[in-house]
Amino acid sequence: MEALSVKNVTKRYTSHVALDNVSLTIPEKSIYGLLGPNGAGKTTLIRIINQIINAEEGEVFIFGEKLKEDHVGIIGYLPEERGLYKKLKVGEQLLYLAQLKGMSRSRAVEQSKKWLKKFQITDWWDKKVEDLSKGMAQKVQFISTVMHEPRLIILDEPFSGFDPVNAQLITQEILSLRDNGSTIIFSTHRMETVEDLCDHIALINKSKKIIEGPKKQIKDQYKSNTFIVEHKGNHLQLSSDRYQIVRQETLEDGHYVTTIKANNDIRANQVIRELIDKTELQSFREKIPSMADIFIDLVKGEDDEALRKHLQEAV
Amino acid sequence: MNKIWLIIQREFLNRVQKKSFLITTILVPLIFPAIIGGMIYYMVQEAELAKPDTVQVVDESGKFSFEDSKRFIYTKVNVPLEQAKKAYNETEDFALLYIPQFDINNPVGLTLYTKENPSIEKIGNLEGNLAERIRELKLEQYKVDEETLEALKTSVSLKQVSLSETGEEKSSSSGLLYGVGFVLGILIYMFVLIYGIQIMQGVIDEKTSKIVEVIVSSVKPFQLMMGKIIGIASVGLLQFTIWILIITFVSSSMLAYFGLKMPQEQMREQITKQMSSPEAQEAVASQNTEVVEFLGMLNEVNFAKIAAVFIFFFLGGYLLYGALFAAVGSAVDSIQESQQFQFPITLPLLIGYMSLFFVILRDPHGPMSFWLSIIPLTSPVAMVGRIAFGVPTWELALSMILLVGGFILTTWTAGRIYRIGILMTGTKVNYKVLAKWFMTKN
Repeated sequence: MEALSVKNVTKRYTSHVALDNVSLTIPEKSIYGLLGPNGAGKTTLIRIINQIINAEEGEVFIFGEKLKEDHVGIIGYLPEERGLYKKLKVGEQLLYLAQLKGMSRSRAVEQSKKWLKKFQITDWWDKKVEDLSKGMAQKVQFISTVMHEPRLIILDEPFSGFDPVNAQLITQEILSLRDNGSTIIFSTHRMETVEDLCDHIALINKSKKIIEGPKKQIKDQYKSNTFIVEHKGNHLQLSSDRYQIVRQETLEDGHYVTTIKANNDIRANQVIRELIDKTELQSFREKIPSMADIFIDLVKGEDDEALRKHLQEAV
Repeated sequence: MNKIWLIIQREFLNRVQKKSFLITTILVPLIFPAIIGGMIYYMVQEAELAKPDTVQVVDESGKFSFEDSKRFIYTKVNVPLEQAKKAYNETEDFALLYIPQFDINNPVGLTLYTKENPSIEKIGNLEGNLAERIRELKLEQYKVDEETLEALKTSVSLKQVSLSETGEEKSSSSGLLYGVGFVLGILIYMFVLIYGIQIMQGVIDEKTSKIVEVIVSSVKPFQLMMGKIIGIASVGLLQFTIWILIITFVSSSMLAYFGLKMPQEQMREQITKQMSSPEAQEAVASQNTEVVEFLGMLNEVNFAKIAAVFIFFFLGGYLLYGALFAAVGSAVDSIQESQQFQFPITLPLLIGYMSLFFVILRDPHGPMSFWLSIIPLTSPVAMVGRIAFGVPTWELALSMILLVGGFILTTWTAGRIYRIGILMTGTKVNYKVLAKWFMTKN
């Protein structure tokens, strides 16, 4: 079943269109990366899912049901601009936020104690938030996002401002939440997060969805039939116009790293066959594009296209 | 609904559990009596300790003879003015009073020479003494003796009876009604202002601490706004109740300390006296009628009705303005920025407050008073100011309906601004932007 299905959602503001006919399908128990440059419309989409604002057109379904007010309890949301009540004690804060999500007080006490224990910060219960360091407050924010056991967790730039230790800790918790059955949506423009954690991806640029699917599939789609070869002995010379040497680096003792782009109809085995007679092969692998490459390619492509269009119109 | 209740609880506890709540709740009712008490004490002390000032008098008219008082010691100087001035300058004395020959019907030319500018109070005292003496001279001139004059004095006190629509008679006292209107009007003004600003502060805090987006992903912005308004109202009601209790307690114990007995007690004593000595009955009775009449008037004033109307307008006014303060808080990022938007809100409140003194309590049934107590923005202060004087039922009903309508309208308007404003940080906001937010679809 799909955890979330966004169908043809459009949101206009007076001056611009924030989301233009966007549809997404987020499978259950996935870690879904919502990518896009700043101002692309990610936050608008997330706010629509959280029912903070309403879509003008289109519908959102959560676990098969049309989104309605009761659903706030099964969503956990960590906004990019996040904070806590400064004057409130950590314990009170967690209880209040969980109760607002519809949890009973006794269950909220149980859960908040469990999470404080898990992060080994039980003695913070009576501390005021204003007395916590930034890193400490981030932990409390994370707990408040997940302690009501949401089935869908939405994290908007979760690692911005996290120190590496905390980031590691949170990453681990996110994975274990997924293993326990939660679905997680990441909104980010940090590619390393996507590379490490996400299994599904959607890219939004300028209010429109550009691409969506399992990460592996997208990467396969954007492979350029390029191979990286480590070899020894001599400079590589390829006579055929079916291959093209993109670059060649010389390492010490006559070792080389060569990047070869083959025509689309050529398989890896054929490339190896071609190379075997010409040099002493040490390693051979296909170059898989990183998400960052794909992201930049796509976003730049869009921009270029827009620029071209603009120029044409001008002429 | 359950969530609004949670918010109300939280807002209430957040404030009540603070130390500052405890401190202000206890100190505020003590501060004013302390200041007033301190000032009176100081003034009494000063008056008692002050040495009398010496005034040299050059009396060319020969009409005056001064008696030394606590304040002034007079020394006659029998030399011409110019000489006296020189002599005065070499002394430490307070002043030199010059009285030329003058017509008692037109006393001009009396002059006071001093080294420093004297206080109005001292001048007033001296002038009073001189006027008193001239009056005596006039009495002599017109051949009127003191006794005749005393007999001429007549005091008339109108017994006020208001006829109600049904023809019932009620005695009333404008002074008493004035006092009631005055106190109640000020209470509402203060309550709305103090707690309205707390609402605004609370909204700004939520916005700047960035907690608000998490909250509105759980509850509707309107629920959050109403929860806050109601939560703070309950803090205010609690605080006001405590203040009234403390003030009542402190003032009654102060009265007891200074040996002033409560009117009831006095009456009881007088009644017992009456019983024991029948001769004194008449004298005491005449004294008593005033007290009895006053107490009677207290009974005639419909306190239950006034209290009910007061509570209605108290809450209505607070809710009307509370939502507006919340909207202002949502539009800005700091309390400093809020000034420009606060002004149009506090203005009608201030108009209500000022008109309480200049219009409503002076002429509670005039057309200005009518309109001020009907228009929802000024009606909370204006209507409670008028209510004790008796307001026709239809006017009261109209005012109440309009207040409820006004409250719904401001809350709706404010809610529309609030829902957008709380998520907008770092935007330059002006009235045009507010209008845009208001028009934005959900």
